[in-house]
Amino acid sequence: MAAVESARPQAAKLRWGELEEDDAGDLDFLLPPRVVEGPDENGIKKTTEYRFDEDGNKVKVTTTTRVRKLGKARVSKKAKERRNWAKFGDAVHEDVGSRLTMVSTEEILLERPRAPGTKEEPSVSEGLGPIQPGAVLMVCRTCGKKGDHWTSKCPYKDLAQPPETFVERPSTADAASAAPGGAGRSAYVPPSMRGGGERTGTEMSRRRNDENSVRVTNLSEDTREPDLLELFRTFGPVSRVYVAIDQKTGMSRGFGFVNFVHREDAERAINKLNGYGYDNLILRVEWATPRPN
Amino acid sequence: MRPILMKGHERPLTFLKYNREGDLLLSCAKDHTPTVWFADDGQRLGTYRGHNGAVWCCDVSHDSTRLVTGSADQSVKLWDVQTGTQLYSFNFNSPARSVDFSVGDKLVVITTDPFMGNPSTIQVKRIAEDPADQTSDSVLTIKGPQGRINRAVWGPLNKTIISAGEDSIIRIWDSETGQLLKESDKESGHQKTISSLCMFTDKSHFLTGSADKSAKLWDTRSLTLLKTYQMDRPVNAVAISPLLDHVVIGGGQEAVNVTMTDRRAGKFEAKFYHKILQDEIGGVKGHFGPINALAFNPDGRSFSSGGEDGYVRLHHFDPDYFSIRM
Repeated sequence: MAAVESARPQAAKLRWGELEEDDAGDLDFLLPPRVVEGPDENGIKKTTEYRFDEDGNKVKVTTTTRVRKLGKARVSKKAKERRNWAKFGDAVHEDVGSRLTMVSTEEILLERPRAPGTKEEPSVSEGLGPIQPGAVLMVCRTCGKKGDHWTSKCPYKDLAQPPETFVERPSTADAASAAPGGAGRSAYVPPSMRGGGERTGTEMSRRRNDENSVRVTNLSEDTREPDLLELFRTFGPVSRVYVAIDQKTGMSRGFGFVNFVHREDAERAINKLNGYGYDNLILRVEWATPRPN
Repeated sequence: MRPILMKGHERPLTFLKYNREGDLLLSCAKDHTPTVWFADDGQRLGTYRGHNGAVWCCDVSHDSTRLVTGSADQSVKLWDVQTGTQLYSFNFNSPARSVDFSVGDKLVVITTDPFMGNPSTIQVKRIAEDPADQTSDSVLTIKGPQGRINRAVWGPLNKTIISAGEDSIIRIWDSETGQLLKESDKESGHQKTISSLCMFTDKSHFLTGSADKSAKLWDTRSLTLLKTYQMDRPVNAVAISPLLDHVVIGGGQEAVNVTMTDRRAGKFEAKFYHKILQDEIGGVKGHFGPINALAFNPDGRSFSSGGEDGYVRLHHFDPDYFSIRM
């Protein structure tokens, strides 16, 4: 209803305050004037203008810009005059919305080269063996500090408890191994049900495998599956490793996944290797799925 | 830093130049259209239309009223900076590669490429006060170096002309007689084509960058080699900071690596070195292709880089840049 009304010129109802200078033909004089709320203390400037769109509807356009002072510049008089020069050449018809000049969304730093004295971790090819105490950064997941304590010893334990409970697993494991054991030696026990070497039934472990998936990020460019396997196998049997490779360049995209057979091994791997320096990058090792309960 | 990205050129950048007061930035590219930008916020002011070929080089006069550009369309054009009108065009038999105004802007030194049997030349033209009086006569013509002369600039007090090019030898010529005064030493000098040359503000020393993956700092009067900065890639552009003891070097890519590089990643960087200690200070990443042009603002507080990707990146230094300790 309102849209139809404003489409009809109503000369009698014109208010001189709403008249704009050169709009003879179109109906812009019916629109409220543009309001500019100047830069506030955060530098936010809001411009509210009105216009008619193609269907004759009144459209309110609010533009919010942040005016940021980059710094003080001492400008010569001539330079100040040049600021007011008219645009020429291809820039003549440039509207404010043209995207020729943009401030980068990324913060770019002058990256200092690594000083020779910083820690260079031993590469995996030397073989891990027992992890030397000096080579591991103890990372606590609760307070996030690569400090002097593991998660379980964190003084801020009450803050954000990652609920890692394994209550169900041991009990089901016991149940699974108890049954074949209880069946007696004479009965044939299929391999999946045998107590034997595995603490859990294979079915269980296959299901659990994807939940034992560990995501490793911040890998160096030439890290491959065998490297990750070497690194993680000391924590226990690994069922699968995967490193994301960029097909175009053949380099690692910086992340990969390791599937452990046993959940505890995965947990220990996360505890030990998160923050571990590997091939001059600090690894980030965490559960692949959002913290399973 | 939050660099300002300016995408005014469709083709790779070839040269960047600030005016003396540091409020205007001129960019030349292979797309035939030199462009002028405001050097503080990167807004485009205008473009100079008229060339028919890649624009290789430009220079702006002391008072920022005259612009001279050298182009592959075998012409060097003189423009009015403010309006973009072409004032004069010097025509040659071969592509013009480098232009440089003398102190006082009365002369301009131009180099032309070897082309169709013509050898490369260094020519000096007089610039008249009034464009109507402008003539095409060369005050001086120097022939001699083999191969392309990539850059020729005026020495201190316009007494000499310094040229460097494909034969990797830097030569100093007398600007009045055209006589060869000095040549750089073959062993200690560059081993491959010299792609770029940048004079320090007082012209006492200058920096050259070469495809042999190094940049070298030379003393102007004696042409002794002062410093060498080692890069891991062929050097395309060099610049000396007018404020601090820093030099910045931008490079390209070895031909073998072209197919294996992820150009999307923005990994090409401009490397900062300490001018005297020769140590690397750091790198500023961001370009998606080799860096072809570098320029420092005369106040030393910002610099811009132009790349093969057609982008000009204008960086205003963070406050901690000025307190870098080595």
